[in-house]
Amino acid sequence: MSDHLDDRLAAKPVSRTRETLQTLMANKLAVAGLIALTILVFVGIFGETIAPYGINEIDIPNRLTGPSGTHWFGTDDLGRDVFSRVIVAARVSLQVGFIAVGFALVVGVPIGLVAGYYRGGIDSFLMRMMDVLFSFPAILLAIAILAVLGPGVGNAMIAIGLVYTPIFARITRGSVLVVSEEVYVRAARSIGAGNRRIIARHILPNVMAPIIVQTTLSLAFAILSEAALSFLGLGVQPPNPAWGRMLAEGRNFFQQAPWMGIFPGLAILVTVMAFNFVGDGLRDALDPKQKSVIESRGQSV
Amino acid sequence: MAEPLVSVRDLQVYFPVHSTGAIRRHVNDVKAVDGVSFEVARGETLGLVGESGCGKTTTGLALLRLIEPTGGEVVFDGDVMENLTSAQLRNLRKRMAMIFQDPYASLDPRMSIGKIVAEPLEVHGLADSRTEKNHRVGELLEMVGLSPDYRNRYPHEFSGGQRQRVGIARALATEPDFIVCDEPIAALDVSIQAGVMNLLEDLQRELGLTYLFIAHDLSAVQHFSDRIAVMYLGRIVEVADRVSLYEQPKHPYTQALLSAVPVPDPAVERSRQRMVLEGDVPSPIDPPLGCNFNPRCPQVFEPCTEFDPSLTAAAGHDVACHLYDPSEPVLDG
Ligand SMILES: Nc1ncnc2c1ncn2[C@@H]1O[C@H](COP(=O)(O)OP(=O)(O)OP(=O)(O)O)[C@@H](O)[C@H]1O
Ligand SMILES: [Mg+2]
Repeated sequence: MSDHLDDRLAAKPVSRTRETLQTLMANKLAVAGLIALTILVFVGIFGETIAPYGINEIDIPNRLTGPSGTHWFGTDDLGRDVFSRVIVAARVSLQVGFIAVGFALVVGVPIGLVAGYYRGGIDSFLMRMMDVLFSFPAILLAIAILAVLGPGVGNAMIAIGLVYTPIFARITRGSVLVVSEEVYVRAARSIGAGNRRIIARHILPNVMAPIIVQTTLSLAFAILSEAALSFLGLGVQPPNPAWGRMLAEGRNFFQQAPWMGIFPGLAILVTVMAFNFVGDGLRDALDPKQKSVIESRGQSV
Repeated sequence: MAEPLVSVRDLQVYFPVHSTGAIRRHVNDVKAVDGVSFEVARGETLGLVGESGCGKTTTGLALLRLIEPTGGEVVFDGDVMENLTSAQLRNLRKRMAMIFQDPYASLDPRMSIGKIVAEPLEVHGLADSRTEKNHRVGELLEMVGLSPDYRNRYPHEFSGGQRQRVGIARALATEPDFIVCDEPIAALDVSIQAGVMNLLEDLQRELGLTYLFIAHDLSAVQHFSDRIAVMYLGRIVEVADRVSLYEQPKHPYTQALLSAVPVPDPAVERSRQRMVLEGDVPSPIDPPLGCNFNPRCPQVFEPCTEFDPSLTAAAGHDVACHLYDPSEPVLDG
């Protein structure tokens, strides 16, 4: 045999995943985002244990006190500890984000796979439906859906999930159109592989990169949407804390007690930025060429 | 010829061309393959030669029904492929395979080479257990000169020649009878071409394979093919056995192709006559009236610009040229 495997390279199999992670780790913003997200998830899980006060511990004598050693983020109009409420609210924000985006993924990706792979009539039909959903501004559509379903956290998840479904369908379809023309797909057909096998084993793994990036970016926007809906009173219901609600309540006391709104606002900002940094980092690491393909839906709030 | 393994009759593949603009209308066709017929006998290699873009790959793909032919018929070992149900066709794929032109594009970048080679076994249920499958994958990799230890590696870790060997292993996995080799060495470094070529030759001898071997110049198939079909702009212009095609090419296009093949003996090389083709290959969207070769043919005469010559037997060759058409006045060439 005249063509030997290059021995320098032969030491260990280099997987694409490892390469991607290495590139990601070289990106400072992405690393900062990852650290922030790790803390956030930790807080989301253990929030109630970490919180120094109960979220509904009313303490009227100490209402509207500024940040101090005993109340790091101050207290609200009922004397509740803002720090504890911000920390505990992390969970519901993450839950809504993950479940809504999970819904959008589970519905949108298969729609995109089927539309892009089979093309023709089924493609026109599915994508026409997606276009209708996509043609509304995101937050208006979510509000409209909640008007039908009624307010509440569960319905907010469904509403946000539906709003983000077309993005996943479109991105998936776009990549599938390209990948299904690849010679290796034809090669799979040549050895007798059926459509389902080709979609699951060849198409899906090769369209994952943009989907992963979009998932991360959508998490940011979904959390922002949840905050917006809760701000409008359509999401998390009182007395449970949510960043959006706290922001809304803080608005009424902005002169007297700006901390009531500033800290939940900061929590939203940090979370959204963290997901965005990680998403941007992933996009660069996975495939710099994908930049234009990935849509972001910035008009969320 | 005894009962052929593969016979192709009047195969046509047209790719529709649509107008650009708001309303997409079907305005024309790329006649990539336009009435191709040939037979491949069991155990032989038929070389299919022609310039880039003349429709060789499309012929191979349509033959294997990896693209839908526009017209014509392919018979594989007695079965008319068109009449098969999709389940029957998928089952028949066990017996035929393709080695692709570009080994950088034909392997799934997200699959280890072990998985790539195992896929045909999984699809056709050819391995009862995981151990048996692993064993068979190792065997196949060894058969093509790759170490089975490489099975967990990904295509991007390999050179072009090694990737093409993986492609060959995949093609061999189901123990097919017939393989379309689509310019399997054209994309490889010259230094490793011979190795892959020898491998294909050895495999054919050991396994009794039948090949349709596609190449874009005659020198690549010279030693390898039993018979050679010469293709020009979607049609076959001449078919003959290797020796007589080289010694007595009949079609002016074949003569031109042959004069471009260098001869090893420098004395002969210097003294022999060279035929240089003028002009470009016409577009397959809009082929010329009459013989497709007439705008470039040095021996063009009256009927060439009016009638399509059909492939007819002339002194042991099948040739599509009015010079050899018995119904035409004979001209000495
Ligand atoms: N999917 C397609 N759509 C439209 N035209 C096509 C398509 N595939 C091939 N063609 C055209 O059909 C003709 C024949 O192409 P084909 O790939 O079969 O040529 P080839 O002989 O294999 O060339 P090469 O030596 O470059 O591989 C070309 O003009 C090509 O542009
Ligand atoms: Mg080709």
